[in-house]
Amino acid sequence: MSATVQATASLSNDHAAALSKDRLIERWLMLSLAAPALLLVLVCLLVPVAWLFYMSFYTDGGQATLVNYQRLVEQPSYARIFWTTFEVSVLTTGICAVLGYPLAYFMSQLSTRAANLCMIAVLLPFWTSLLVRTYAWLVLLQRSGLINSWGMQLGLWSEPLPLVNNMAGTLIGMVHIMLPFIVLPLYGSMRAIDRTLLQAAANLGAGPVQSFWRVFLPLSLPGLTGGVLIVFILCLGFYVTPEVLGGGRVIMVSSRIASDIDTFLNWGSASALGAVLLVLTFLLLWIASRVAKGFSLFGAGH
Amino acid sequence: MMWLDRPATDTQITHRSRLWLYALAVVLFAFLIVPTLIVIPMSFSESQYLEFPPRSLSLRWYETYFNSRSWMQATATSFKAAALTVVVATPLGTIAAYGLYNAELATARLVSLLLVTPIVIPVILVGTAIFYAYVKLKMVNSLIGVVLAHSILAIPIVIMIVTSALKSFDMNQERVARSLGASRIEAFFMVVLPQIKFAILTAAVLSFLTSFDEVIVSLFVSGGENSTLTRNMFAALRDQIDPTIAAISTMMIVVTSVLLALAQLFGQQSKR
Repeated sequence: MSATVQATASLSNDHAAALSKDRLIERWLMLSLAAPALLLVLVCLLVPVAWLFYMSFYTDGGQATLVNYQRLVEQPSYARIFWTTFEVSVLTTGICAVLGYPLAYFMSQLSTRAANLCMIAVLLPFWTSLLVRTYAWLVLLQRSGLINSWGMQLGLWSEPLPLVNNMAGTLIGMVHIMLPFIVLPLYGSMRAIDRTLLQAAANLGAGPVQSFWRVFLPLSLPGLTGGVLIVFILCLGFYVTPEVLGGGRVIMVSSRIASDIDTFLNWGSASALGAVLLVLTFLLLWIASRVAKGFSLFGAGH
Repeated sequence: MMWLDRPATDTQITHRSRLWLYALAVVLFAFLIVPTLIVIPMSFSESQYLEFPPRSLSLRWYETYFNSRSWMQATATSFKAAALTVVVATPLGTIAAYGLYNAELATARLVSLLLVTPIVIPVILVGTAIFYAYVKLKMVNSLIGVVLAHSILAIPIVIMIVTSALKSFDMNQERVARSLGASRIEAFFMVVLPQIKFAILTAAVLSFLTSFDEVIVSLFVSGGENSTLTRNMFAALRDQIDPTIAAISTMMIVVTSVLLALAQLFGQQSKR
């Protein structure tokens, strides 16, 4: 009798073992479905990126060296490039925050229906090609462009302003591209704010201004930090807009990497610059994932 | 104008004291929309220079575009590359998303992280790294090279869209099908696929657009006979401004809008 029980138990143990083994096999089988995509990304992107990174520590002859990084520190031209990149990124992010916050605030106060309509306007730039938009700005901002001719007709200024092929043009173009990236997370976090908290603040005697600063603003901060970080990260690696609207006068890290490879075939310098850019980007992404709860690169609605 | 003195929010602030906010919102919406749309009327200008509003209308810049061998070749390359990217990225991304979603393993998280890196790494580095790999693999300036590079950028998007569709799908339905005797593959094609097909379609449309709009990677890996439209446009924008680009831009806007409208239409159907 007891022998039978034991036999049954061991049989069911065997069964359980077999079942869990089956499940494990199945899970690995499922995982293997990702293999083709992973292989493609590994072979064509991740291994080459790692290789570039590795190469930045070696000379062309194959000697371990820090010369590529030394150059970045010592040559004033690199200091200028880093400064420009930083300047463009900080200014763009700042302008986007200052403009995006009230815009998101306005949208968060509307009915969902009206807000969805406004959302189309915010998302329209996402749907149109980056080149088309850059081209449009080139046309609008040129000496005989719409902005200059209207400004002069209205008597706002008498000479055509230099709006393109410089920092001003770059910033206008960058802000146009980056604004949606900050409005989306801001709008998301503002929509989530419990309105009764504002009523409570009003009940307790806070005026509109006070309840904004002490209740609304702190509650919308996660959205703001998230948006600011996304925009800053995207700005650091930007290429097309500064290249076209900066007219060769606004040289950012990306432009330098491209010209190092395109014109000079200088892989050493390009790989070191790339490594710095990559480390900086991942560092910021890591900070973003810690600072902003539920942070995602694409914000809401993308 | 009684409306102006009514409170706008729960915090007793009136519409009148918030007029600046409305004005700012209008200006910003104009700032976001106008630059894109202004290209369209400009493309019909008769003038050799860019002007807005155009003094007289003509189709001459469209003619220039359609009569230019290099623009036509670039357009063909872009369409071919985009269509092939759809063919590569959509199935690869879909089965990866399905597999990763069902593999309850710690490794799966790592793999999904690796698969989304292409959209986190600065594009210029994606461009240089792929160029570097292609120099070794002798794939620079080949159509297949462009397609694989664009697929790398499209796969994360496909994975994100399909994963979110899988999350709203009840996996028990698949279990039921299998307990009724369907094999895993049959269950996938007969139960799972019909339910996520609109997400896959959206993913396909976005893969197409990812490839069609991509500039920086194309700049590095496409060239010669296989230059993409965006690569040539970028080169033209750096060198000279020519209204032909306005015509091309207008057509790009049309292609994008039509595709997104289609995706939207299918998306609506899937909700019903």
